[in-house]
Amino acid sequence: MSILGPGWTSLFYLVAAVCFILALKGLSSPRTARRGNAIGAAGALVAVVTVFLSAKLENVPLILAAIAVGSAVAVPVARRVQMTQMPQLVALFNGVGGGAAALVAVLELGHSADPWVRLAVVFTMLVGAVSFAGSAVTVGKLQELISTRPLLFPGMPVVMGAVVLGAVAAGALVIVTGAAGWAVALLILGLAAGLLLVLPVGGADVPIVISLLNAFTGLAVAASGIVLGNVLLLVAGTLVGASGTILTKVMASAMGRGVTGIMFGAFRGGSTAGSTVQSDRPVRSSSPEDVAVQLGYAQRVVIVPGYGLAVAQGQHTIAELAIALAARGVEVVFAIHPVAGRMPGHMNVLLAEANVPYEALKELEEANPEFPNTDIALIVGANDVVNPAAKSTPGAPIYGMPILEVAQADQVVFLKRSMRPGFAGIENELLFDPKTTLLFGDAKESLTRVLGAVKAL
Amino acid sequence: MMDPITLLTVVVLAVFIGFEVVSKVTSKLHTPLMSGANAIHGIILVGAIIVAGQADDPWLLTVALIAVVLATANLVGGFVVTDRMLEMFGSRKPARRGAGSGEDGT
Repeated sequence: MSILGPGWTSLFYLVAAVCFILALKGLSSPRTARRGNAIGAAGALVAVVTVFLSAKLENVPLILAAIAVGSAVAVPVARRVQMTQMPQLVALFNGVGGGAAALVAVLELGHSADPWVRLAVVFTMLVGAVSFAGSAVTVGKLQELISTRPLLFPGMPVVMGAVVLGAVAAGALVIVTGAAGWAVALLILGLAAGLLLVLPVGGADVPIVISLLNAFTGLAVAASGIVLGNVLLLVAGTLVGASGTILTKVMASAMGRGVTGIMFGAFRGGSTAGSTVQSDRPVRSSSPEDVAVQLGYAQRVVIVPGYGLAVAQGQHTIAELAIALAARGVEVVFAIHPVAGRMPGHMNVLLAEANVPYEALKELEEANPEFPNTDIALIVGANDVVNPAAKSTPGAPIYGMPILEVAQADQVVFLKRSMRPGFAGIENELLFDPKTTLLFGDAKESLTRVLGAVKAL
Repeated sequence: MMDPITLLTVVVLAVFIGFEVVSKVTSKLHTPLMSGANAIHGIILVGAIIVAGQADDPWLLTVALIAVVLATANLVGGFVVTDRMLEMFGSRKPARRGAGSGEDGT
């Protein structure tokens, strides 16, 4: 159908683009964020209806069926996924978006004669394929289907170099000849590059990789806008590319590292070693009752939540514990490390779910100066973000990352599942410190027992 | 194909808007930001619909329909999952402990 003329089409695409900008703008405050997201979704709907009404399309029933299939798969998953698995899902959606962009570009190759447009085709295919394969590896690492440790094999940098050179050559041949065979070769090389790029990244850096791949997909979509001569794709993709780039940089600086160091650190070797040998040095373990006494008679307690809290679904229990302690006159705050968990801001989402008030959440810079005045630092399911190796051990994978300096508190209490090292795979010296006690067990169970004991005090 | 300078203008302005808008996002909302931006690039669905609508051989059509399915999953799933996250932020009651509204996140 061509009900809408080109003028109206452009106008509606502009409306959709403005909706997307408002969606991102809404995130400047939690109050407007949800409305913003709804505006973004409305913009997407406007754009999709517009394309059906403006372009001469064949196969409309099949396209509608494909949309129905995509929605039928994605909506229940998005509705039901647990908060802990959110990073995987975001990475997965990102990957399929990149894959879709790459396929669109391949199919448009036949309609593109202009070398500049073919360059955009090559860019979209390559970046989309990298994003697809990279996201797949990321999902695997987050689900722990594949090792979270950096995966390297001898000669990997050489292979990577060969793949990159091959991709450049295949890309050049696609631009010159426009042949579908070279396009397929380019796609395969792009997938290989995505695998090789993300496999060597250590587990602790995965959140940054998700954000970076998100920016990649945005750029691929922007380039597909040039391929199809569609301004909406160009604007939306560029927006996502720009925002993803900023977010990636913000997160990398929160870890005290450059983005290139994270992506290519493992290639240089050495820096991602980390000891995975579990030490059998003695630690002081404690009982829920003892921890309750420590907490209940403290003046100031700082809770440091980590991924373990998310895994155990202990956010509601810890919120209750904070309320119970506050009722006893204990000052309780939560210290949030920017990369605690598996996504930036992961802990904020989790504690928001449990209705913890914003003013009780302290960012790293706010929290650190207060640790010397703190009686007890209660670390729940976190490890890497409080590991002093980040300051003391050059060569540790997390060296240089700003940490929450819990060691400055009078006492440190760890709720841990086991002595297993954190996601980054390095042992935490703080566990063996004389001022540290450990309470082993699932975070939620431990918290429930500590909560019961605090109420009984 | 549009005039390249027009396209460049659009790209440059979009980059600045992207930087400007995102630098104002509170760090508490970085997860929804990533997820929301992720949903927005699902608009590649528009491109997938166009290529599927022009596909004239069964193989090309099959590939294009796969692209439509993937792009729909990205777009629809992305907005739904972001909404779920933000629902938790929005449902926040005013502070339980201490006074004042805990709503503005500052």
